Amino acid sequence: MGTFVVRRLASMLAVMFAISLLTFLIFQAIPNGDPALRLAGRLATAQQIEDVRKQWGFDKPIYVQYVKTMEKVFNGEVISYSQQQNVESEIWRDLPVTVSLALGAGVLFLLFGILFGLLSAVHAGRFTDRALTMLAMFGISMPAFFLAAVMEYYLSYKAGIFPIGGYVSLASDPWEWFTHLVLPWVSLAILYVGIYSRVLRSNTLDTLGEDFVRTARAKGLSERRVLVRHVLRNSLIPIVTLWGLDLAALFGGGALLIETVFNLHGVGQYAAESIGRLDVPPILVITMLTAFFVVALSALTDIVYALLDPRIRLN
Amino acid sequence: MAIEPAIGSELPGGGLPAGFEGPVVAPGLGPYQLAWRRLRRNRVALAFGGLFVAIVVMCLLAPVYAQDIAHTSPDANHITETIKVGSKSEEVVSAAGIPIGPTWHARFFLGADQNGRDVAVRLLYGGRNSLFIGAVATLITMLLAVMVGLVSGYFRGPIDGVLSRLMDVIWAYPALLLGVALGVVLAVSGLNLGLFQIQGNSLLVPAVIVGVVYVPYVAKPLRGQVLGLREKEFIDASRAQGLGHVQIMLGEVLPNLASTIVVLVPLMLANSILLEASLSFLGAGVQPPNPSWGTMIGDGIRFIPAAIHTTLVPGIMLMLTVLGVNVLGDGVRDAFDPRARIRVER
Repeated sequence: MGTFVVRRLASMLAVMFAISLLTFLIFQAIPNGDPALRLAGRLATAQQIEDVRKQWGFDKPIYVQYVKTMEKVFNGEVISYSQQQNVESEIWRDLPVTVSLALGAGVLFLLFGILFGLLSAVHAGRFTDRALTMLAMFGISMPAFFLAAVMEYYLSYKAGIFPIGGYVSLASDPWEWFTHLVLPWVSLAILYVGIYSRVLRSNTLDTLGEDFVRTARAKGLSERRVLVRHVLRNSLIPIVTLWGLDLAALFGGGALLIETVFNLHGVGQYAAESIGRLDVPPILVITMLTAFFVVALSALTDIVYALLDPRIRLN
Repeated sequence: MAIEPAIGSELPGGGLPAGFEGPVVAPGLGPYQLAWRRLRRNRVALAFGGLFVAIVVMCLLAPVYAQDIAHTSPDANHITETIKVGSKSEEVVSAAGIPIGPTWHARFFLGADQNGRDVAVRLLYGGRNSLFIGAVATLITMLLAVMVGLVSGYFRGPIDGVLSRLMDVIWAYPALLLGVALGVVLAVSGLNLGLFQIQGNSLLVPAVIVGVVYVPYVAKPLRGQVLGLREKEFIDASRAQGLGHVQIMLGEVLPNLASTIVVLVPLMLANSILLEASLSFLGAGVQPPNPSWGTMIGDGIRFIPAAIHTTLVPGIMLMLTVLGVNVLGDGVRDAFDPRARIRVER
């Protein structure tokens, strides 16, 4: 077990290193205009541009710049080009919004994914199954940002049921926090409800054919008990792995779109706005940290799996 | 009657009476013919596939519509004009800056946007861009993924180690964020691939980005399949015949991956169209003044609640397109994996 953990962690670190290098190269080595020109402003003299270049280290060789950039990222000293503010402190300020958004959506799509998937599997081939399959198809075909905009228009502007955009922190007013986040949660969750219900449906159908299910039924257990205690417990395992990774990916995926539509001022909107300003440092830091997060979570799930299932660690 | 070998049946017309449909698992039918038969029976999948084809044809006919029906171009600005709708005349964009909604007439059939451009015309031209990027991206994904999957699964060892780690690295990025990062950089600088260069505002930039981002999602399952295939006897046999590595990979292994590839193509097409829309929505995909469904939605959202039709029209079109591809793709998968069907019809 020890060697497995060490090997897995070593490979995690290798991938993280590669990610940091690739992210750095995307923004630095691909010719992207001279950042010194942009920082110095439009009316800068050649001398001023030269000073900026020295000050920010753009005149150094590329590997020195890489090491310097990584030092800054890990010491929390990255400064954005456009507003010259500390990127990490901005991220910390915005993080509660994105965490609220992602966790709420995660709970929502896990619950409804399981519910719909199980219903679909139990009624396989009949009307409920077909209707839910069609619904799942709509879910995975719906662009989340479009759904978000349409819901905001009809439910917030027209019907006035929900507030129009913005974020209220949980500490200041829990009810407002909740009502402001309902639409973002739903629009973010729809896609994943579609995916999860389909994965769970096919897993459940596989599990239903297993011998131990027949045994459980033969013992005279109620169908409900068979489903929950024997079938669901087994078919849930891959779903839970997926869940952790999808939650991490939300930070760099759906959150960008949904926070922009609902004007939530989270990390995603920060990234999206930095894109609009062609402000490289925030995008670099957010991209890198999100990818790190995904890699770390995937290593963690592998290790937990190995703890639970000896076959994996011996392989 | 003398027993004849089934294949050499001498009856005219192939041995079966005309109009005889035969059992589903007729002997002599290849897996593709069987899959095609199953798909042909799946009315829902065919209907949605037809919807997708109809949308593609409509978008291809965009210049015809623009010239002969709407009499405008996707970028033409009609912001100060007034048009006749039925008997009364209306401003294309009102003094308050609110564009006209759907007129259901030849001009401004689906209304105008805030710049006084014809939404229906832009919808069709934008659709050409969205579909073109989706198709090219899918092609790039499949080509690269097949190469990576074949090479790393067939050779294993250090080559596989390097390629698989590379796939891990790409996979670890959330697809949208990696796409956005690349899109921002490439929109400014363009792409220099040595032999040929791509301008920053070219449609090929988002296509290449979307294509590359999705490679690991296809390469991983293909590699797994190749790992299994290379241990089979027919590979040993072809090696004993003196075939080279490339010949074995392309001539022996690749045909066995074909059904997986066919199943994955619609799935990747749907995902590529959606990712392009998200990138363009965020400003890191198709660059203005080129329209795409994503940029149109992005423009429209800024004018909610004044003009919802500028968001609704491209959004519904995007959704219908992706839905068509997804349902068709689902049908294709069912056709190739009848086990799933049988399981459903317990």
